[in-house]
Amino acid sequence: MIIGNLVNGVVIDHIPAGRAMELYRLLKLDSLQCEIALIKNAASEKHGRKDILKIGQLDGIDFSILGYIDSEITINYIENGVRVRKFHPQLPDTIYDLIKCKNPRCITTTEQELPHVFRLTDPGTRTYRCVYCQTPAGR
Amino acid sequence: MRHLTDIPDLTAEEIDELISVACDIIERPDRYSQVCLRKKIATLFYEPSTRTRLSFETAMLDLGGSVIGFSSADNSSVAKGESVADTIKTVSCFADIIAIRHPKEGAAYVAAANSSVPVINAGDGGHSHPTQTLTDLLTIKREMGRLGDLTIGCCGDLKFGRTVHSLISAMSRYSGVRFVLISPEELTIPDYVRCDILDKNHIPYKETRDLETSIPDLDILYMTRVQRERFFNEADYVRLKDTYVLTPEKLAGASDNMRVLHPLPRVNEISVSIDSDPRAAYFRQVRNGKFIRMALIMMLLGLTPGF
Repeated sequence: MIIGNLVNGVVIDHIPAGRAMELYRLLKLDSLQCEIALIKNAASEKHGRKDILKIGQLDGIDFSILGYIDSEITINYIENGVRVRKFHPQLPDTIYDLIKCKNPRCITTTEQELPHVFRLTDPGTRTYRCVYCQTPAGR
Repeated sequence: MRHLTDIPDLTAEEIDELISVACDIIERPDRYSQVCLRKKIATLFYEPSTRTRLSFETAMLDLGGSVIGFSSADNSSVAKGESVADTIKTVSCFADIIAIRHPKEGAAYVAAANSSVPVINAGDGGHSHPTQTLTDLLTIKREMGRLGDLTIGCCGDLKFGRTVHSLISAMSRYSGVRFVLISPEELTIPDYVRCDILDKNHIPYKETRDLETSIPDLDILYMTRVQRERFFNEADYVRLKDTYVLTPEKLAGASDNMRVLHPLPRVNEISVSIDSDPRAAYFRQVRNGKFIRMALIMMLLGLTPGF
């Protein structure tokens, strides 16, 4: 499969295979008017298979959530056909409405309109806790 | 604007100041009798309470202020499905300060985020109960004369016992404090207390199932009730509720200087025959609760005695 090279934009590479659509939604890419290519199950020397997102726009995208998804993801900024910056996403300090608190006693279980907010409490163990009840994410 | 949703909202210096003001109120109550003149506290209690609600209300009355609020969710628009946020925005229009108790964890955080007046967490489910902790600290200070260099035994429901979580968080700030955590296997302290408070701050602690052999080492024995309302399964509650009962025989192994605290209400975990023992400090603890809440209300409203 051949997809044209990006002249100006962002390439999100090394996305775990099968998760590009999830990232497409999380990054709210459907709201952009630029060209976007989603490549699924591309061959990867390192991981066997990977997903890739190519976005024909440099600004207006908040990538901070990617650090929570997978710190191995790489973000490449392309300008005039040349990669000018490559980096791994950092763990975001706060996550809004991505994950839900599993604690059945948490106020978010009964007050449906509340945003689900988790704060990074231990970067070493990548632990996020619900700001309301302090329950760790994913338990 | 200041709120108190959890003990870490206060610095160690602020806690010391609250204790100091509470001690002064005990010594000179008349000096404080008009401090909150024309101020109103709203006590919003979505869960039953005797001590905490009456303590807040008496605290405000003794400061010269007045009280509004509800003592059951059934007596308010909560019964019609109103959210905590909307209730708080409404009550903020009437009251100068709010004390809220709610069965759901994090309710006080939501209240504080939506309030235009100071909010005090009067207990949010099994999560946190900071004013009980301030009460406990004042009691320990008055009974023992210090807050450091103490071995504190916490006994009973350490999983859902919010008073224990807050007490461990607060006492961990003082030097020389050790904990003996006595509970059934099913009711041990949650990970966030063990990891984020005890381990992170290198606080010495021991977890055990045995109350009797632990008692001789303790300066403070903090008993807690196994709370029926925190269990989803009645059979589990029945099986665990009488695991620990403090009797005169068990207390015989304690030092004369040890003090027994309990946030109350008790069910069976402390024999009533212990009430007359000078080491039983839990009713003095109730009295202290009013004084520390007076100090807290003044602090959050930015008020001091004017003479």
